[in-house]
Amino acid sequence: MLFFSYFKDLVGREVTVELKNDLAIRGTLHSVDQYLNIKLENTKVVDQDKYPHMLSVRNCFIRGSVVRYVQLPPDGVDVELLHDATRREARGG
Amino acid sequence: MASEEESTVKEPLDLIRLSLDERIYVKLRSERELRGKLHHNLKRKKIFGEPILETLPCKAYDQHLNMILGEVEEVITTVEIDDETYEEIVRTTKRMVPFLFVRGDGVILVAPPLRTA
Repeated sequence: MLFFSYFKDLVGREVTVELKNDLAIRGTLHSVDQYLNIKLENTKVVDQDKYPHMLSVRNCFIRGSVVRYVQLPPDGVDVELLHDATRREARGG
Repeated sequence: MASEEESTVKEPLDLIRLSLDERIYVKLRSERELRGKLHHNLKRKKIFGEPILETLPCKAYDQHLNMILGEVEEVITTVEIDDETYEEIVRTTKRMVPFLFVRGDGVILVAPPLRTA
């Protein structure tokens, strides 16, 4: 639940989602669910020369299981909050 | 009592709990490795109470080993075989990412920092 809540707080921010097939998509986080499926708006493929077939895609839904990384905005990480939440969750609370 | 409980390793994930905000090494599928970097200057600054963005590595994790890491160096290793000599050519590509969420299903191992205790 920790990362679900974390990503809910990031809604509206710009993120770059890197998929397991090396495709990287940058866009505004529209929504996220419990499986960490992600919906992005105003999407742009990072390497357009390599993936020209994605040029016209503006919105997309990404199945959580195909995500490798999500690059986060540096000011979108509240370290103290994350630590507390992680310790609480590790304790099984 | 509580602090003693917090600092002992009873289950595997405790090892990562104790590495929160320490530099860690993460090995991932498809020949990828992640390394956090310590920034001594920034750490020292914080001791003097200046409000700065923390840049030490492991920020958060859960039971799937989903993680948020800071100041990450990603190393991708590729091995190619030379067409003529059949020699193996090992190439490494590096890049830095300030803040990264890593999905746990790609994680092979997590190594905590070396301790001298």
